Amino acid sequence: MIKKYYCFFKLRFATGLQYRMASVTALTTQLIWGLMECLLFKAVAEASGGALPMNYPSIVTYIWLKESLYVLFNTWAADNDLFAMITNGDIAYELCRPLSIYSMWFSRMTGARISEALLRCIPVLVCSFLMPKTYRMTLPVNGTAFLFFLLTLLLALGITISFCMLVYMLCLFTVSPQGWRMVLTGAVEFLSGNIIPLPFFPKKYLFLVELSPFAYMQNVPYRIYSGDLSGAAMYPYIGKQIFWLAALVTAGIVVWRRAAQRVIVQGG
Amino acid sequence: MITFQDICKSYRVAKRESGLGNAVKSFFKRDYTLIEAIKGISFSIRDGEMVGYIGPNGAGKSTTIKILSGILMPDSGTCIVNGQVPWKDRKEYVRQIGVVFGQRSQLWWDIPVMDSFELLQAIYAIPSATYRSKLDELTELLHLEELLKTPTRQLSLGQRMRCELAASLLHDPKLLFLDEPTIGLDAVSKIAVRDFIKKMNEEHKTTVILTTHDMQDIEAIANRVILIGRGQKLMDGTLDDLRAEAESMETETGAADGGNEETDLDHMIAHLYTKLNIM
Repeated sequence: MIKKYYCFFKLRFATGLQYRMASVTALTTQLIWGLMECLLFKAVAEASGGALPMNYPSIVTYIWLKESLYVLFNTWAADNDLFAMITNGDIAYELCRPLSIYSMWFSRMTGARISEALLRCIPVLVCSFLMPKTYRMTLPVNGTAFLFFLLTLLLALGITISFCMLVYMLCLFTVSPQGWRMVLTGAVEFLSGNIIPLPFFPKKYLFLVELSPFAYMQNVPYRIYSGDLSGAAMYPYIGKQIFWLAALVTAGIVVWRRAAQRVIVQGG
Repeated sequence: MITFQDICKSYRVAKRESGLGNAVKSFFKRDYTLIEAIKGISFSIRDGEMVGYIGPNGAGKSTTIKILSGILMPDSGTCIVNGQVPWKDRKEYVRQIGVVFGQRSQLWWDIPVMDSFELLQAIYAIPSATYRSKLDELTELLHLEELLKTPTRQLSLGQRMRCELAASLLHDPKLLFLDEPTIGLDAVSKIAVRDFIKKMNEEHKTTVILTTHDMQDIEAIANRVILIGRGQKLMDGTLDDLRAEAESMETETGAADGGNEETDLDHMIAHLYTKLNIM
């Protein structure tokens, strides 16, 4: 059983390795983007006289983690193969396989994201540790924090993927994925703290964001790694991560069951 | 053994007149038309038969194949394949069928064909030894040695179709559904595909249902032909029965066509479609 899913992972890893130029350009983009963000927050820190909701070194670490693990959590350029399959009807072949579409696509996306992230994070991380001191990535505050970082990272990945799965399943009803993608992925980028770390949100808005699953995506592991979130304060976040993962997977499966009843394969 | 009885399937299609005004109007209010793709088709097919399923574009051929593959659920009617209903317990059912859609691809675009095959081995949980021997057999019959290491995107259509056929047969299915397997292929590839299908049937008693517009496919492969048009079954018999039927129609109208064997077959079918008023 595990072998099937491992195979998807392996295949995506191989696909990722097929394109070398893409890796190089991605590295450049992420380094420049990361540095720009560091400069921005440095300016903000200096202007505010140090009174920030997160301390400056934590922000720098948060930014580098975000840049190096970018592909794990990106929603706007998520697995295009799957969208293509739904719009052009190649889903027909997927339906001829002795696996449930939900678990097959879930593992396919997990494989795609982890393998791509492994390929891309190492060079970005190496560079970020070699930056001048003001822009340098730091090691995790301690070993426990690192373990909690890994745990919450996996949970966050599960939440992101099950959220995307829900979007895919909705695409089975509307055919064109554009509408869903525009609205949802834009919202997710912002609300999950991928543009501005969540502690910077005004209290009232933060309260609302924390009622949604988006607050429990990459925001949690990055803040744990950088020391912004630690000790007993972590546990409610982990609990809610588990809750949202279960809720989104259940919702995705329910929508799929309904969609399966009325699948129409496009294009003859 | 396939029993297909009184199956109906219709699609809802949003229709509108051309033009921007109508596009805006249809954004708010859609007019749907119900298209009946299949209107009560019945047939039964014994194990080891090779059946050609023909009819003009839009006759309902692909829909039939998709219902048989468990992809689509019909609106009404019963379909039982080897004691199972395709769309119920789909996961269990699809283990025994192989499907090729001539206009689609199941191979991963960017990576060598072999990698796609290995994924299929994992998906169908084929034991290594069985997989090896099956792969060797298919490689030899379809001449795949060189192709297996090539990324799919760099294969010609004919080469790709041979790989697609192999991919659909790796798990040794008892039934093979082919939806236009020879579409767009050159003469050599077409013959290779036909010979391969015949061989599979002879050696493994694989039941084959194939849809095609190429009458030579039918002549080469099928020992039985089912003709459908406008969602209904019109004829069911051997190719000779079909010929006899066409000839009797021709004598009624007094039309006589000369020409060689090949064009003859196409003309005969075209004539038949026109006479039956299914175009």
